[in-house]
Amino acid sequence: MPAEGLLAASWLLIALPLAGAAVLLLGGRRTDRWGHLLGTATVVAAFVLAVACTVQLAGLEERSADVELFTFISSGQLDVTAGLLYDPLSAIFALLITGVGSLIHVYSIGYMAHDPARRRFFAYLNLFVAAMLLLVLGNSFVALYVGWEGVGLASYLLIAFWYTRPAAATAAKKAFIMNRVGDVGLAIAIFVMFAQLGTTSYAGVFGSVGTLAGGTITAIGLLLLLGACGKSGQFPLQAWLPDAMEGPTPVSALIHAATMVTAGVYLIARSAPIYDLTPTARAVVLAIGALTLLIGAIAGCAYDDIKKVLAYSTVSQIGYMFLAVGLGPAGYVAGLAHLLAHGFFKAGLFLGAGSVMHAMNDGVDMRRFGALWRKLPVTFGTFGLGYLALIGFPFLSGYFTKDAIIEAALDRDDVWGWVLGGVAVLGAGLTAFYMTRLMLMTFFGRARWEDGVHPHESPSVMTAPMVVLAVGSVFSGALLVSVFPLSGWLEPVFGEPAEAAHVVAPALIGLVVTVVMLLGVLAAWLFVGRREVPVTAPARVSPVTRAARNALYADAVNESLFMRPGQWLTRALVWLDNRGVDGAVNGLAAGLGGTSSRLARTQTGFVRSYALGMLGGAVLVAGALLAVTSG
Amino acid sequence: MIEAPDLSFAALAPLLLVLGAACAGVLVEAFVPRHVRHPVQVALALVGTVGALVATLLLAGEEDQVTAGGALAVDGAALFLQATIAGLGALSILLFAERGLDPARSAFVTSAAVPAGSPRDRELMVDTRVQTEVYPLAGFAIGGMMLFVAANDLLVMFVALEVLSLPLYLISGMARRRRLLSQEAAFKYFLLGAFASAFFLYGLALVYGATGSVRLSDIREAGVDGGGGVLLVLGLGLLIVGLLFKASVAPFHTWTPDVYQGAPTPVTAFMAACTKVAAFGAILRLLYVAFGTAEWTWRPLVYAVAIVSMVVGAVLGLTQTDLKRMLAYSSVAHAGFLLTGVLGLGAGGEGSGLAATMIYLLVYGLTTVGVFAVLTLVRDGDGEASHLSQWAGLAARSPLTAAVMALFLLALAGIPLTAGFTGKFAVFRAAIEQGAWPLVVVALLASAVAAFFYLRVIVLMYFSEPVADGPTVGVPGVPTTVVLAITATATVALGVLPGAVLDLAGQAARFVG
Repeated sequence: MPAEGLLAASWLLIALPLAGAAVLLLGGRRTDRWGHLLGTATVVAAFVLAVACTVQLAGLEERSADVELFTFISSGQLDVTAGLLYDPLSAIFALLITGVGSLIHVYSIGYMAHDPARRRFFAYLNLFVAAMLLLVLGNSFVALYVGWEGVGLASYLLIAFWYTRPAAATAAKKAFIMNRVGDVGLAIAIFVMFAQLGTTSYAGVFGSVGTLAGGTITAIGLLLLLGACGKSGQFPLQAWLPDAMEGPTPVSALIHAATMVTAGVYLIARSAPIYDLTPTARAVVLAIGALTLLIGAIAGCAYDDIKKVLAYSTVSQIGYMFLAVGLGPAGYVAGLAHLLAHGFFKAGLFLGAGSVMHAMNDGVDMRRFGALWRKLPVTFGTFGLGYLALIGFPFLSGYFTKDAIIEAALDRDDVWGWVLGGVAVLGAGLTAFYMTRLMLMTFFGRARWEDGVHPHESPSVMTAPMVVLAVGSVFSGALLVSVFPLSGWLEPVFGEPAEAAHVVAPALIGLVVTVVMLLGVLAAWLFVGRREVPVTAPARVSPVTRAARNALYADAVNESLFMRPGQWLTRALVWLDNRGVDGAVNGLAAGLGGTSSRLARTQTGFVRSYALGMLGGAVLVAGALLAVTSG
Repeated sequence: MIEAPDLSFAALAPLLLVLGAACAGVLVEAFVPRHVRHPVQVALALVGTVGALVATLLLAGEEDQVTAGGALAVDGAALFLQATIAGLGALSILLFAERGLDPARSAFVTSAAVPAGSPRDRELMVDTRVQTEVYPLAGFAIGGMMLFVAANDLLVMFVALEVLSLPLYLISGMARRRRLLSQEAAFKYFLLGAFASAFFLYGLALVYGATGSVRLSDIREAGVDGGGGVLLVLGLGLLIVGLLFKASVAPFHTWTPDVYQGAPTPVTAFMAACTKVAAFGAILRLLYVAFGTAEWTWRPLVYAVAIVSMVVGAVLGLTQTDLKRMLAYSSVAHAGFLLTGVLGLGAGGEGSGLAATMIYLLVYGLTTVGVFAVLTLVRDGDGEASHLSQWAGLAARSPLTAAVMALFLLALAGIPLTAGFTGKFAVFRAAIEQGAWPLVVVALLASAVAAFFYLRVIVLMYFSEPVADGPTVGVPGVPTTVVLAITATATVALGVLPGAVLDLAGQAARFVG
C-alpha cells in the first residue's frame, strides 16, 4: 500500500547521508573542522528516522509501504520508477545499517582523530551508508543495482583510503575487479528479467516469475547468486575480502563485516519468490554456503594478522547465512537472525581489533601482541563478549542463531541435511578454535611487544560504541529468537513459519554444538595457550597448515586460472592492436593524408582550372542523367 | 494587355520587409549624415531581418498558398527556411556591426575603390570612418535568398539567384585587412558564379523548350516521359549544376576555400550559413516539386554527388592549416550530409527527409555563424589569426573562448548532446528510411574522418604549449557577444532538447504547388 506519514519521508533515509557526503566532498577544506560531526549527525538522524519508520510500519495492518519517487528510466518498454519499499525485511536492514553505522561513525571520530584526511573518510562513509540504504530500500532490481554499485564504489574508495600504500591500492583494485565479476552476473540476471517479464520491479517480477520456464528461473537464480557471491565474499569470489582489511578498521567493521558483505544474503532473501521455484539454484546456494563456511574457518586458523583472521571469520559466518537462506522457507529467518547478530558481534570484534591496533602503534601481527587484557580492560571485556557470542557460547547471541541454522539444516531429514548439519557443526568447532587462538595470542600469555610500544586504553569515544555493541552481542540472539521473534516480524515477507517437525531435538543439538565448541576451545588451548608463542611464524609446518596459511590456495588458483591466461590474452591483444589494428589505422590515416595532399594540388588557385573542373563536373552530371534516362 | 497578378501582401510581408529595409538603406546612404549613418543602417537592417523573422513566424499558422501570379509558393518549407535565413541573417548583421575588435573599428574597408597598397589606402587603414554600404547589400542578399527558397517558377528562381549572388560578390571583396586576398576572392567568386549562373540559365532555357513553361508544377505535369525526353533531362542536369555550385557541393566546390578564406570573416559566416540554406531550399523545391515524379532520373546522380562531396570535403579538410579553409572543406562535407537528407524524401514527398534537411540547415547555420564569430576574436597584428599553429595553447590564455570554440567544433563533428548530432541523426535516419543505407555508411565514415580535423583544433587549443608571440584574444563588443550567446545556447539546447524544433520542422515540412 502507498506510504503515509513518516514512511512517505523514508527517502530522507538515503538523502540525509547522501547530502552529508555531498557537503563534505564539495565543501573542501572549509568543512575540515566540523565535517566529522556532520557526517555522524546525518547517520544518527537517519537511524532515528529508521526507528520511527519501523515503529509506524509495525502498526500498519499490511506491514509494507511503497514510496513512489520519480520516473527513473522511461525508454520504450523499459519503465523504471524510482521508488522505495519499506517492509519488514528492508526495515531490519535499515535499522542494522543506520544503527551499527551510527556507532561506527562515533568510533571513527576517535579512531581517525589524527588523520589529516578525516573529512574525506567521513564523506566516503556517508556515501556508503546512503548507497547501502538505497540497496536495501529500493523497490526494484534496478534500484538495488544502483545501490549495489554505489556500495562497491564506496568500498573501493575506503579500502584505498590510504592510497599511498601500494598494498591498499592493490587491495582496492582487487576488491573492485572481483566484485565486477559478480556484478556482471547480477546485471545479466536483471536483463533476463526484463527480457522475459518486461519489468524489473520486485512486485512485477515476483508476481509473474512463476510463468517462466524452469530453466530460465534457474538461470536467473544462479546469476543472482553470482552477484551475491561477489559482494559477500563467497566461494569462488572470496579472495578479495581478507585483502580489503587494508582499509581503516572502522571500514572493516561497517562495510566488510556488518553490512555490505551481507548484501548477498539480502539479495537472496529478497529474491525468495524466485528461489522458491528453483531447487537447483537453491542447492547451489547451499553448496557454496557450506564450502565457504569451511574454507573461511580453515584459513582463519592459520593467519597471524588479527584483522585477516576476523575477515576469514566473516567469510565463514556469511557462509552460514548462505547455507541458511539456501535451505528455503525453513532457513530465511534463521539466516537473517544470524546476519543481525553477526552484525553486532563482528562489528564489535573489529572495533576491538581497531582499539588493540590503536594501542599497538597500528600493528596487526598477533605474534607481537600478548598479555593485553590488563592494559586494555574495556577492550578486553567487550572483545571477550563478542568472542563468546561468535563461538556460540550458551545463551549468547551466536548460540541461538547458529543453532537455528543447524536445526533448519537437519530438518531437511535427508542425507544432505545430515551432511550440511555436520559441516555446520564442524564449522562451529573450527570457529571456536581460531577465535580462541586469537584471544590467547592477543590478550593472554607473555607480552611480546615490539620495542617502543606502550599499550594504552582507547578514548571513551571509541570504547562507548564497543560497549554498546558488546551488549548487543550478548542479548540480540535471545531477543531475536525468543523474546521478539524475527519469524513473526518477517511473516509478511516469507509467509507464516511452518511448524517444524524436528528430526533431532533442539536441546540435543544445542548440547552437541556446545560440546564441539568446547573441544575447539580446548584444542586451541592445547596448541597455543599452553605453549610459548614464537615471535616469527614457524617455517616448518604441516602441509595442512601451509595450505591454510595460503587460504587454501584461492589466490594461486585465481592467478593460474584467470590472471595469467588473462595476461597472456592481454599481451596477445596488445600485440594484435599495435601491429594489426594500429597498423591498419595508421596506414589508413597516412593513406588519407596522402590522398588529401594529392587532391589539394587540384586546388591550384587559378580560376581557369576551377572553371574547367566545373565544366567537367557538368559534363559528368549531364552524361549520368542521360545514361540513366536512356538506359 | 497584361493583367495584374493578384498579390497576397501578407504572404509577401517577410520579403517586403527585408527588401524594403535594404532599399531604405540605399536612401540612408545618400541622405543621412555620415556620423549617424552606422547606427541607423544597423538598426534598419536588424528591423528588416528580425521583422521578417517575426512575420514568417506569424504566417506559420496560415494555409499554404501560391501567390503573385503563381510565381511564389508560400508553404511550410518556404516559411521555415525563410525564418532560418532571416534569423541567421540578423545574426550576421550583428557580426558586421561589431566595432570593438578591429583597431580601425570595422571589419570592412573604408573605401573599397581605393587600390590596395596605395598611399591613400595606408592613410585609410588607420581611419576610423566606417563603411556602411554593406548593410543594404547584405539586406538585398538576404531578400534574394528568401525569394530563392519560395520561388515557384524557374525565372523567379533565377532572378533570386542573381539578387542573392551579386551583393555577395561585392561584400566578399571588402575586407579591411589582407585586401588583395579579399579582392581576389571576390573576383574568383564572381567569375565562377557567373559561369554557374550561365549553366542555370541554359538549363532553364532547355526545360522551357521541352515543356513550354517555367512554372514548377507545369514542368512536373509535362513530365520526363511526357515527351520532354532528352531536352528536359539535360535541362535538369544544368539546373542542378547551377544550384550545386551555390551549395558548394563537390565537384562544384572549388571556389569555396578561396572565397571563405579571402572574404571578411563576418561575410564568410553569412555566406556559409545563409547561402547554404537558400541553395538547399531551392534544390529541394526543384527536385521534389518540378521533378518529383521523375525521381528515378536524378536519384542516382544525387547519390553519387553526395558521396563525392562528403569524401572530398572530409579528406581535403585533413591537410588544411588555415582554419577558414578548413571550415570551407567542412562546409563541402556538410553539403554532402545535407544531400543525404535530400535523398531521405520519398517520391511522393512522404518520409522525413524534408524536415530532417531543414533541421540540419538550421543547426549547421547556427553553428557556422558561431564558429566564425569565435574566429573574429582571435587576432594578431595583421587581422584575424586563422593559421592553425596560432591557436596552440589558446585554452590556457583564454579558457572561455576555447570552450566556446570547442563546443562549436564538437557540434560540427556531430557529437551527441550538441545540435550537430541532432541534425546528423535526423538526416541519416531519413535516408535509411528510404533505403539509402550504403550512403549513410559512407556518411558515417566521412564523419569519422572529418571529426579528426575538428578535434585536432581542440587538442591544439587544450594540449599544446602556447606559442611565444601568439595572437591576442579580443574582448567582443555587445553585438558579437549576443551572437555568441545565442548560437552557443542554441547549439546546446538543440542538442539536449531538440523535441520542440523537431516537431516544428515536422509540421512545416510540406511543399505546395
